[in-house]
Amino acid sequence: MSDKPMAPRDQGAPDYNKYLHPLMAKNYGEWVSHDRLRPGVLVHTAKSGDKLYTVRAGSPRTMSADTVRKVCDIADKFCEGYLRFTARSNIEFLLGDKGQLDGLIQAVEGDLGWPLGGTGPSVSNVSHTQGWLHCNLPGSDAAGSVKALMDDLIDEFKNETLPNRVHISSSCCQINCASHGDIAIIVQHHHPPRINHANMQICELPKVVAICPAAAIRPAVVNGYESVEVVHEKCMYCGACHGQCPSMEIRDSETDTLSIWVGGKVSNARSAPTFMKLAVWGLPNNPPRWPEISEAVRRILAAYKEGAKPWERVGEWIDRIGWQRFFEKTGFPFTRYHIDDGPEALSNLNRSAMVRL
Amino acid sequence: MSGKSEKKAMALHTPMLNELETGPWPSFFSDLKEYSKKKPVVAQLLNQLEESYENKWNYWIGKVHNAPGYGGGIIARVSEKADKYPGLANFHTVRVIEPPGWVYSTEALRNLADTAERNGAGILQFHGMSGDILLLGFDDAGSLQCVEDLMHDGWDIGGSGAAMRTLQCCVGQARCEMACYDTMKATKHLTDTFIHYLHRPEFVYKFKFKLSGCGNDCSNSIVRSDMPIMGTWRGPMQVNQEKVAEFIDTKGLEYLIDNVLTRCPTRCLSVKGKTLVVDNENCVRCMHCINVMHHALAPGLDRGVTILIGGHRTLKIGDTMGSVLVPFMKLETEEDYDALVEFIERVWEFWNDNGMDHERIGEFIARIGMGTFLKGVGVEPDARMIRQPRTTSYIKFEELAPTKFEGEKKKDPPVWNREAESVETA
Repeated sequence: MSDKPMAPRDQGAPDYNKYLHPLMAKNYGEWVSHDRLRPGVLVHTAKSGDKLYTVRAGSPRTMSADTVRKVCDIADKFCEGYLRFTARSNIEFLLGDKGQLDGLIQAVEGDLGWPLGGTGPSVSNVSHTQGWLHCNLPGSDAAGSVKALMDDLIDEFKNETLPNRVHISSSCCQINCASHGDIAIIVQHHHPPRINHANMQICELPKVVAICPAAAIRPAVVNGYESVEVVHEKCMYCGACHGQCPSMEIRDSETDTLSIWVGGKVSNARSAPTFMKLAVWGLPNNPPRWPEISEAVRRILAAYKEGAKPWERVGEWIDRIGWQRFFEKTGFPFTRYHIDDGPEALSNLNRSAMVRL
Repeated sequence: MSGKSEKKAMALHTPMLNELETGPWPSFFSDLKEYSKKKPVVAQLLNQLEESYENKWNYWIGKVHNAPGYGGGIIARVSEKADKYPGLANFHTVRVIEPPGWVYSTEALRNLADTAERNGAGILQFHGMSGDILLLGFDDAGSLQCVEDLMHDGWDIGGSGAAMRTLQCCVGQARCEMACYDTMKATKHLTDTFIHYLHRPEFVYKFKFKLSGCGNDCSNSIVRSDMPIMGTWRGPMQVNQEKVAEFIDTKGLEYLIDNVLTRCPTRCLSVKGKTLVVDNENCVRCMHCINVMHHALAPGLDRGVTILIGGHRTLKIGDTMGSVLVPFMKLETEEDYDALVEFIERVWEFWNDNGMDHERIGEFIARIGMGTFLKGVGVEPDARMIRQPRTTSYIKFEELAPTKFEGEKKKDPPVWNREAESVETA
């Protein structure tokens, strides 16, 4: 530590007013409309008549200080030194002078090597978690699997040819930090945690017991150690205890698999927000490029693209055609594991005589 | 960077990761590989990552490490392979509160890059799933120095643990015509007002706010935050009939029928000639027609927010979706902001007094019931909070129970007897 006095604490959120593009600051709250000029390029029009151009590109989310500086060089040259990021780690370069648009696009695609897109009815950048790069709980990687997946889906990112936007998320354990998506990838464990009884003193045992959603953990003395035992019949392999206590190892490189879920939606547009539902399970966790995941996601996208009406999100499309057709069209098997036995179990059954025959 | 291993570069051995150098999507690996020439510790990180790829196994363990005065914000990581990769012995993440709406000047970004590089591995992420800027790769001393430097330059560090977490919001009125309130201002206001709770975990569990300017919910608030705050409006939406006519002329009547009228969830749109007729009373502010016909339609002028409660992802009781708590309140004047702050404090007090350890507020509500929760926080039941009334016929009607079952009256009224003084509902 330096000899400088301690820096001020509790300063709060940065003052965004300092970071607004001049046209944003001038027209704050006075925007009237927007248009998409081409995939990856938006123009917003303000009451004053001002137009602000946005060039959106896919970022890798993780970047070196030198890459951040390259981004800054571009924003300094074209954007008066202002830019922003989106909730899905896209970067948005903001531009006042339309005459500079081609130069900016050239700099982003050419110099930086980041693809334009993610606007309108396209696959946007993947929401993802930390993975093997830096998390303490992951069963898989995130940055690498997302890179491989987006290589495969690049045309769907760069073009606006889907019925509506598709949000993909990718999570490396069942805590599912990347959350819901139209299509979501999650790691799945297949047996109870392995308990290192000799190392349970690093964990707060009452908390370990309390955190189990299945009430499967109870205190026990094992080989003389104060520890816990897991009732195997009750355990559902969620790994909640592993997050609480590193001595309850849930991961298994031999048996962990990946599953794909579909139909999550946060927007209220047309239909109320929905959770995602299981589509296909048992896919291998296969670094470095996870080809089985890309193949399955492509299959879902192809069926969606062919079958959905404009503006239908993946979940809305399936709601209309029914799950039976979803499984037919994607070719994924429907199994007894798709039938819910969680908190929503009964309400997720078809409680009617409405059946497509 | 204080690690002595810094000076000696380690050769990269990354046959599997090399396969992430091909293809059109930008590769974090290529970037870090190049950067490792300048920052040798990054080579150690990539070599460990390669081992993770080979063995499908992870080598990071968590530990507790905090900056003086703070109870969170540094996500401390220790490598199990520190003998082989000494630079990773302590390799922490520092969470930094992002500017609301993720807007930046290059000056600010360069400052972050310089600070990250000077004190650690120089790896940045835009952004973490909670909205924070993440700076990766600091040892114990480096992370503390990084935090001091950040705070000298006006930044503050983000939340972790059982605390209010860093807030996030959509771009809002800075660049969106659909934003029904000032999401950036509200995000800054709540962050700054409650900054103590962000830095010192003292809740039963984490509490997240996410703010979206309209029902399109670009900040993913409804499934990802304990208190989603979404823009909305009262009264009629704005319709520019000339632009409606233009829309029909350009796109055709059929397009209007197929993609707008029939998609309205409450069927409150119809067309007479080239005039759009809106049954505003039944509009639920879903935003679809405005999304499709954004040149012709816009949210109404009497704007405010809908406050929801209880969204979170699956652990432990399964997903909970945010549900309506306050159907409408204005969020413009200082008094409005004070009312919101006071309301949040009341919600927190009831949850923290009665919630179990590690119980998110959505789980808490699932356990005690929304009726009890409303009583606890002093909010009157409102039919807009539900999809339908109960179908279970076993009910504890407190008013109808014989006296002998009521128990003794408590002298001090608990928090749930307080009035909902300043919360305006439509």
